[in-house]
Amino acid sequence: MPSNGKLALLGPNGAGKTTLFSLLTCLLRPSAGSISIFGHDVTTSPGAALAQLGVVFQQPTLDLDLSLSQNLAYHGAIQGLSPREVRSRSQQELERFGLWQRRHEPVRKLNAGHRRRVEIARALLHQPRLLLLDEATTGLDLASRVSLHDHIRSLVRERGLSVLWTTHLPEELEPDEQVVLLQSGTIQGQGQLSQLVAAAGAEDARALLLSLSSQASPS
Amino acid sequence: MKPVHYLYSFSGILAREFQRSIQQRTRFVSALVRPLLWLAVFAAGFRSALEGVVVPPHATPVDYEIYITPGLVGIVVLFNSMQSSLSMVYDREMGSMRVLLTSPMPRSWLLICKLIASALVSLVPVYGFLLVARLFDVLPPVQGYLAALPAIVLTAVMLGALGLILASVIEQLENFAGVMNFVVFPLFFLSSALYPLTAMRDASEWIYWACLLNPFTHAVELIRHTLWLDFSPPAFGVTMTATLVLILTAVICFDPAKKMIGRPR
Repeated sequence: MPSNGKLALLGPNGAGKTTLFSLLTCLLRPSAGSISIFGHDVTTSPGAALAQLGVVFQQPTLDLDLSLSQNLAYHGAIQGLSPREVRSRSQQELERFGLWQRRHEPVRKLNAGHRRRVEIARALLHQPRLLLLDEATTGLDLASRVSLHDHIRSLVRERGLSVLWTTHLPEELEPDEQVVLLQSGTIQGQGQLSQLVAAAGAEDARALLLSLSSQASPS
Repeated sequence: MKPVHYLYSFSGILAREFQRSIQQRTRFVSALVRPLLWLAVFAAGFRSALEGVVVPPHATPVDYEIYITPGLVGIVVLFNSMQSSLSMVYDREMGSMRVLLTSPMPRSWLLICKLIASALVSLVPVYGFLLVARLFDVLPPVQGYLAALPAIVLTAVMLGALGLILASVIEQLENFAGVMNFVVFPLFFLSSALYPLTAMRDASEWIYWACLLNPFTHAVELIRHTLWLDFSPPAFGVTMTATLVLILTAVICFDPAKKMIGRPR
């Protein structure tokens, strides 16, 4: 994928998006082929590969009973950051997401949108070069989704971050979005969304996804 | 990664274990109440059980409360370890285990950190219990509390590793209830926690051998000896060997993908 950019994986449920993320994050071992993250092979040097990644999983993974800063401190520590680095970067990230004033509150008190922001702040704490977002907008209302995407775009712009994100919601995609179409574990197409839609002769992204879904499970 | 990064990760895991234990105050209270009930009710009924019996490291017969206390320390640690592995199964089911597993640190290191952190957390209810046990005339020498510390930590790491293996084997959170019947109770009752091995041998030869083969027996004996400022090399040897074997097995058995991949939406 291109560096300093945003790439979306679009595919129906079961297309292999989460499996691909599990391979990238070393939760699964590749049975064939190889995966390299900024030159680090995930099989031979998983530590170096993982250090390049910030990950937001589809399932919420924050400890609800702990405060925002405690959650971030834990993540920073297991990434090998010193307490001083954790403090300064937590402030920086939480301020960016407008949550610094609430740092001592338990995560349980936050709404779903704010929890997702904390997860992104946490994923960025160790300054990764690639941010993986696995269906990060699942369960969020429209306003929260739009706001989250705005944040991600500004991160790409300001930090030169690369973002690989998955979705099964075509309405989240902009027409000029760079997209990889996945179906049953294989790439069905790659390029700008508007071009992919046109090439497939589909009316819009939603129709394109529906045709992928019907090919995946003909009935 | 430099050694200092390993230290940071350990301190982070330790802090989280303590923060979570503070959040779960009822867990602390129940960890304290359980052995106290044994001490106050069960031991009172069996006060004369050891009449005239000399049990090492004591040179003269002691009250049953004094005999049973190291075993009850063992049960505090045992329950805490099982609780900790239960929370690992929960973390795995809820997905928060992924955060730990996507750290660039070696997974074996992270698991060992978690075992040691959990062991250190269990010291709080253990010493809370030993303090209250003084009200029941269980008065080991003050230095004994310090001498027993490494033995208690070793026991907690050993049982934590066993819990980690169970957490790796157990498919669902609901199945963890079976652990109580098939692991915790046999470990506790088939040990020298409640009765001396000599008494077990008098009762049944096979029970005696089961107790002797149970590493928990040796962990309890190690705590008993160190608490009274004595040292039992066989108890230490067996406990240390069992700890190393269980840690190795736990690290090998741990499957990061288990129950975390391909879950239905």
